[in-house]
Amino acid sequence: MTARVGVITFPGSLDDADAARAVARAGAEPVPLWHGDRDLRGLAAVILPGGFSYGDYLRCGAIARFAPVMGELIPAARAGLPVLGICNGFQILCEAHLLPGALTRNAGLRFIDRVVRVRIEETRTPWTADYAQDQEISVVLKSGEGAYVADPATLVRLTAAGQVVARYAGGNPNGSVGDIAGVRNEAGNVVGLMPHPEHAIDALTGPGADGLGFFTSVLRVMAEEMAGG
Amino acid sequence: MSGATDTVGRAAATPGQPQPYAELGLTSAEYARIGELLGRRPTDAELAIYSVMWSEHCSYKSSKVHLRRFAESAPPSAALLAGIGQNAGVVDIGQGYAVTFKVESHNHPSYVEPFQGAATGVGGIVRDILAMGARPVAVMDSLRFGPADAHDTRRVLPGVVSGISFYGNCLGLPNIGGELAFDPCYRGNPLVNALCVGVMRHQDLKLAAARGTGNKVILFGSRTGPDGIGGASVLASATFGGPGGAGGAGGPGGPGGAGDGAAGTGGVASADSAKRPSVQVGDPFMEKLLIECCLELYAAGLVTGIQDLGAAGVACATTELAAGGGSGMRVDLDTVPLRDPALGPAEILMSESQERMMAVVEPAHVGHFMEVCARWGVLATVIGEVTGTGRLEMTWRGEQVVDIPPASAADEGPVYHRPIQRPASQDAMAADDPAALPRPEGGPELRATLLSLLASPGLADKSWVTEQYDRHVRGNTVLATPQDAGVIRIDEQTGLGIALATDGNGRFSLLDPYAGAELALAEAYRNVAATGAVPLAVTNCLNFGSPEDPGVMWQFSEAVRGLADGCAALGVPVTGGNVSFYNQTDEAPIHPTPVIGVLGVHADVTRRVPIGLRTEGAPIVLLGRTEAEFGGSAWAQVTHGHCGGRPPEVDLAAERALAAVLTAAAADGLLEAAHDLSEGGLAIALAECCLDQRVGCQVALQGDLFTELFSESAARAVVAVRPGSERAFTALAARRGVPVQRLGVAGGDSLVVQGSFDIPVGELEAAHRGTLPALFGALRPGS
Repeated sequence: MTARVGVITFPGSLDDADAARAVARAGAEPVPLWHGDRDLRGLAAVILPGGFSYGDYLRCGAIARFAPVMGELIPAARAGLPVLGICNGFQILCEAHLLPGALTRNAGLRFIDRVVRVRIEETRTPWTADYAQDQEISVVLKSGEGAYVADPATLVRLTAAGQVVARYAGGNPNGSVGDIAGVRNEAGNVVGLMPHPEHAIDALTGPGADGLGFFTSVLRVMAEEMAGG
Repeated sequence: MSGATDTVGRAAATPGQPQPYAELGLTSAEYARIGELLGRRPTDAELAIYSVMWSEHCSYKSSKVHLRRFAESAPPSAALLAGIGQNAGVVDIGQGYAVTFKVESHNHPSYVEPFQGAATGVGGIVRDILAMGARPVAVMDSLRFGPADAHDTRRVLPGVVSGISFYGNCLGLPNIGGELAFDPCYRGNPLVNALCVGVMRHQDLKLAAARGTGNKVILFGSRTGPDGIGGASVLASATFGGPGGAGGAGGPGGPGGAGDGAAGTGGVASADSAKRPSVQVGDPFMEKLLIECCLELYAAGLVTGIQDLGAAGVACATTELAAGGGSGMRVDLDTVPLRDPALGPAEILMSESQERMMAVVEPAHVGHFMEVCARWGVLATVIGEVTGTGRLEMTWRGEQVVDIPPASAADEGPVYHRPIQRPASQDAMAADDPAALPRPEGGPELRATLLSLLASPGLADKSWVTEQYDRHVRGNTVLATPQDAGVIRIDEQTGLGIALATDGNGRFSLLDPYAGAELALAEAYRNVAATGAVPLAVTNCLNFGSPEDPGVMWQFSEAVRGLADGCAALGVPVTGGNVSFYNQTDEAPIHPTPVIGVLGVHADVTRRVPIGLRTEGAPIVLLGRTEAEFGGSAWAQVTHGHCGGRPPEVDLAAERALAAVLTAAAADGLLEAAHDLSEGGLAIALAECCLDQRVGCQVALQGDLFTELFSESAARAVVAVRPGSERAFTALAARRGVPVQRLGVAGGDSLVVQGSFDIPVGELEAAHRGTLPALFGALRPGS
């Protein structure tokens, strides 16, 4: 049976079709979820895609965090459901307190769309298991509020606990503290990433296929859990 | 005016009451004509409708007689599904898909308020495409500003780019290309031309027509507020500076002189504040919801007719829908949802509040229609219905305020044969031959010339601008800036895709508007072909000074003639376009600037050809013939501030043959890279080929090195042939009669012109990348 991975569409989500395409390319079945849904329909994993949910009004992710579907997602994530937040999805997961820290305006104060190098520093998550430790990948960063911040104590804790999933390599594009590009929760099942792995699934439309690993990882890990459990 | 509503009855009873038609941009003759049409004076609300519908911006009253050429001389094309007169032209691209695309100006709003002016320019063109039944899939922007180091350019350019970035990114449309140019003539009047392209299945085509008596008229999207009132009539159809400032001016100034004066900045201060309220404010989030909402409404078959609300708002949408359907319409203006309850009927009609659409819906579908809108959180209101009376009737507070034949406002506006006079200055300009200018001699001087052109603002790396745009969203972007054309995949299974390029050259058009329009067309056509696409159709945005200036009208009519003849010769039809007049500051018009967009089709986007050199040893070949042509060239401008002589010769048969070679070679997989030659000639093209993937080249040139490197002869391209395919490629070019010259090979880490100079790719990069960040600020810390 094909694994079913949900992709949430909030009003203003933009990269939902792209996340679904990446899920399909990895061999799973993408299942659309609507912000008003109150049922996760037994999905094996869920992706919160990029975009400008609710126009990013008030603050990025601040309104989406209260969407009905989040009422289901938050407890499920706390119970171990693999969840990946990309860009705006990362912002929403921070607003929902599923991930530590916050995303703020780029240091240059402007939106940037650029191919960046990112180093995968934590492979013990269902989203990064297919990468080698410290593997460098090329992915697209496109955001105006992508600068990761957290208080010093949190940063120490994140680094010590291996919760920094990815860092920018070869230049910090947006002023993120410690070059942080992505983090995970303590349990490891929830990952937030500022760059877009779904825009790096082939050389035709992106910088290559380096991003596909996020989607194949979750498939493999879920299959292994099913086989093992 | 007294507090009482100006009803139809009152208008009939008070024929002599003075009305502010002149303030609304109507002439006394036009005002008198309205009286004749109605058999009485118009009501205030009717006057509002006629003033915006008969504005230059909406009625094309000065350009109509010229634009007919496009239809009259159109080449036969089986691909055209809908053409001029619709919101946008629609082209068949095969496999059941149709593409609609259009470019539109937002020049004046973008000068008054750069951020919102440019943002709403994107919003407006996207709704045009949506109204055809298509899903918008990409945008492009063609931007022209005053000198890059001018004080006001630092206000206007970053504001315009931020506005496009803010709106387009939030909308989720990839920005795949466009232009960025600088010239003193745009100092007081920047050009902001936005293009959108959309895709649909053939059967999804929608037309702006209200048909079926009893069908409901639904206004949906944002509420109506006081913003943008008079945008079409007061802002877009008038010149900056003193009123009527264009009258009798002798045409464009001499070479390099037009727009040089600083009058623009000073003179506009007053117009600036007075006109600022005429600029609308955009909400891209609402537009994104409108797009998804409309596409769901279309898919469910709930829409009989549809129109976007752009210039002239409700006035335009109701009159055009009713006129388009040959029907009548009754509208209750009290039902229009307002942001400001103080708005009267005339203001409601003229408001250009953004993110609104109007649909005609069968009564049985209204419930379902409302459900879809509610799902997307889009406000929708029935404001009237289609009637069989042939009249557009509107009530406000229970009284009739509008009763007109809709076609009289929509289709039967004034048509002017404006006086045309070739400016006397043309001859002096043509005689000012760049052959007299001092030229670089020897390797070091040629090397320095190349670097200075590469670093000049118009030719420098545009990442400062394009990195602020999302080019990846939707995951179908195959090529984007700095490639020759933007390429979008349409069908993931078959690889079907489209290519789009926009080009324009105000200097060429100033020297010869006929040739300038043809050259702009030829360049866009060549750019599309260089990626491997087959050119299919043309759109345009014609940016000119005041039509009341006979010299400007001569430029306009020449440019239209050139474009129409060029399209006929190249076999690509004009599917639609936009005219922007009154681009001038006081007496000084901008250079005539026809911006031409060409759409091409890729049978398989995996065969697309980028500009970057890749493989060591791949042969580099120049296609086409090089003459010493420097009139209006980048070299003459950058090095000498000179614009005179003749623009490059136009040879459309050669353009057609070149494009045929490029597309056939791409389809056969013979090419690794291809790049068209335009501004800065072979030198700049080779530098850009090297910069894309940081791969150098060694070339040997024959003849006069300066001419070979910097001439801007048209109908040329440089290619890198896939190793092993050289013979096949040469044979292909020979069959089409395209001259080929083997220049050298790709590889190494320098651009080497044998026997003359070499430049490390890193040095090229430093020259190319440094200019815009130095002028407008770094995009990231430490860079």
